[in-house]
Amino acid sequence: MNEHVNRHVLSVLVVNQTGVLSRVAGLFSRRGYSIDSLSVGVTQREDISRMTIVARGDDATLEQIKKQLDKLVDVIKVVFLPPESSVYRELVLVKVNADAENRSAISGIVDIFRGGIIDVAPDAVTVELTGDQSKIEAFVELMQPYGIQELVRTGLTALQRGNRTIGLDDIELDEDYSEIGRAPHHG
Amino acid sequence: MQLTGAEIILECLKEHSVDTIFGYPGGAVLNIYDALAKHSDDIRHILPSHEQGAAHAADGYARATGRVGVCLATSGPGATNLVTGIATAYMDSSPVVAFTGNVGGPLLGKDSFQEVDITGVTMPITKHNFIVRDVNQLHNVVRRAFQIAREGRPGPVLVDVPKDVTVNKTEYRRQEPLPLAEHNEQVTADSLEGAIEMITESRRPFLFSGGGVICSGAHRDVLEFAERVGAPVSCSLMGLGGFPGNHGQFCGMIGMHGTKASNVAATQCDLFIAVGARFSDRVVSNAKRFAPDAKILHIDIDPAEINKNIKTHYHIVGDLKYVMQRLNERLQNSAVEPNQDWLQEIAQLKKAYPLTYPKGNGLKPQYVVERIYELTQGNAVIATEVGQNQIWSAQFYKYQEPRTWISSGGLGTMGFGLGASIGAQIGRPEKQVFNIAGDGSFRMNCNELATAVEYNLPIIVVILNNRALGMVRQWQDLFFDRRFSQTTIDRTTDFVKLAEAYGATGLSLSRTEDVDDVLMQAMDAEGTVVIDCEVDPNDKVFPMVPPGAAIEDIITEE
Repeated sequence: MNEHVNRHVLSVLVVNQTGVLSRVAGLFSRRGYSIDSLSVGVTQREDISRMTIVARGDDATLEQIKKQLDKLVDVIKVVFLPPESSVYRELVLVKVNADAENRSAISGIVDIFRGGIIDVAPDAVTVELTGDQSKIEAFVELMQPYGIQELVRTGLTALQRGNRTIGLDDIELDEDYSEIGRAPHHG
Repeated sequence: MQLTGAEIILECLKEHSVDTIFGYPGGAVLNIYDALAKHSDDIRHILPSHEQGAAHAADGYARATGRVGVCLATSGPGATNLVTGIATAYMDSSPVVAFTGNVGGPLLGKDSFQEVDITGVTMPITKHNFIVRDVNQLHNVVRRAFQIAREGRPGPVLVDVPKDVTVNKTEYRRQEPLPLAEHNEQVTADSLEGAIEMITESRRPFLFSGGGVICSGAHRDVLEFAERVGAPVSCSLMGLGGFPGNHGQFCGMIGMHGTKASNVAATQCDLFIAVGARFSDRVVSNAKRFAPDAKILHIDIDPAEINKNIKTHYHIVGDLKYVMQRLNERLQNSAVEPNQDWLQEIAQLKKAYPLTYPKGNGLKPQYVVERIYELTQGNAVIATEVGQNQIWSAQFYKYQEPRTWISSGGLGTMGFGLGASIGAQIGRPEKQVFNIAGDGSFRMNCNELATAVEYNLPIIVVILNNRALGMVRQWQDLFFDRRFSQTTIDRTTDFVKLAEAYGATGLSLSRTEDVDDVLMQAMDAEGTVVIDCEVDPNDKVFPMVPPGAAIEDIITEE
């Protein structure tokens, strides 16, 4: 099976509270669902976080992933974001060997990819680059010959195209419940 | 009214009409126990021998009554001792709320004395869990815990309360329990019509009734449905009691230790209707050869069960009682008529392959179970352990009513039954409660005899003592060339003396002709009774589907 066919991006709205990340991650590991990346951050509402999960599996597995996520009490909503109607982005930071001789060549490639050099040392530069996965992979490949010292990727994050949204504004959390969610040390 | 956290917990229990809890004291729950002493008129506290017993008792109470079972343990080892009980409740969808103490907030995360991250430990075995870090959140957490435990598909919820939260005070005002969502949004005229269409087209319908029938109280509606449709009926292990065991259409359990009639009927049917059941591997066996000629219609409240283990052709997600009532209304005005030929065919199978066992050669465990059924007229509550004792109890006692069969189906927890029977007896004091056990299972948690005696509970523990771990031994016998590796437990424990040491009545039974007398003697006795029944370690559970086989290829005898 073509690996892109069974790679799926899920957007998961969760109550912003302690333990929710381990509940979701634990669900994937204990039921044996494969996960490529998971990124999480707060939304425009401080009581709701949004996870973007890239998971692999056939249709039946994906159906189960969605349903099992829906069963978690802290999960508010799960939607699939198919490639044709979504924008995907990921951030990568790459520390590449660079001396006076090849620094400008690297800089040229970074410009073509609309990335940026965010740190310079006598023998290295650190590049930031945002894009979908194929763009990042192409860039990383071009950096290989210079010698990559370090590389870190954030994992995919995604939104629907056009004016469609996940419908955050319609969500009303029970006031008592969101109060339970906000542990005092939580920030 | 300003109350401490400990008092708020008890007030919230009262909001939910909780009058009994099963718990064990310790340092982190000292304040809760202090408050309990002041509330002893309203809340009865049952003290087991071990926290595991408390968890099984709360679960048994929930299963026998349909109400939420509540248990309480201290931090650290107290909390981890609940774990097997919580996992047992989770696998069988039993509504339990477990409270644990924890070290005070400032000590959390410091590996303090008797500290354990119990919310982390129980994450995969609870419907949800909470750690309460602020007394101002406590009342809402407890209310939510009860709501989550009961709503939809029930299950256990754990609430971890650090010690400082039990001391701190806040304003408390009594509230009604939170409302439960009905989960019937997907039950529409169209969805019901789809099911009716399948039923109308079917010539050979078959009904598979699971534990959900009991959870939702749909047993009468399922009975009406089965009679209208003319479907032979089987139960999962969890479903026993959800359909009358002596009904003409009842074929017995399905699956690994089901009946030949159920397993063949399921294989030959053209419509397999599963209600409140989850197609466990013990039912399905070989998924590729399960109900090969049938369309599968699945009705359940948990959408995640649809298409999880078996691909269905049609499903309705909703509360079973509600769905079955709507279907029955429609069936009343439909042309659906029972197909007598099909029912006859299955009746013939039932007659040709009844549940049976070899007679003679000493006391038979199956006979003991049969006599318990006859002498109690099917009115007892039977709590079992796990293994051969469990399956014989499932096969040879005809359960008539929901909540009279209490057994660890999903997790298969040896040592469950005695604690569960304590909870069941406390929840249903008018019932005669039996704990049918094997000697291996009994030995695991027999310390709870002390609890049964302490509270003067008239539980009858029937140990089918074959001096072996019978079910594992049976597999070794059939599939491992009779290498009985570590399954012979022929020790010198005298269970009669043990019972007496605990203050229970101990009886022994080894002859078939004495069964009735001994059982009657036990039923007439005051307080807790243990009957040590001497049975043969070579007695086996049949029928049995060999591993990997299709369910129709069930072996009915050795």
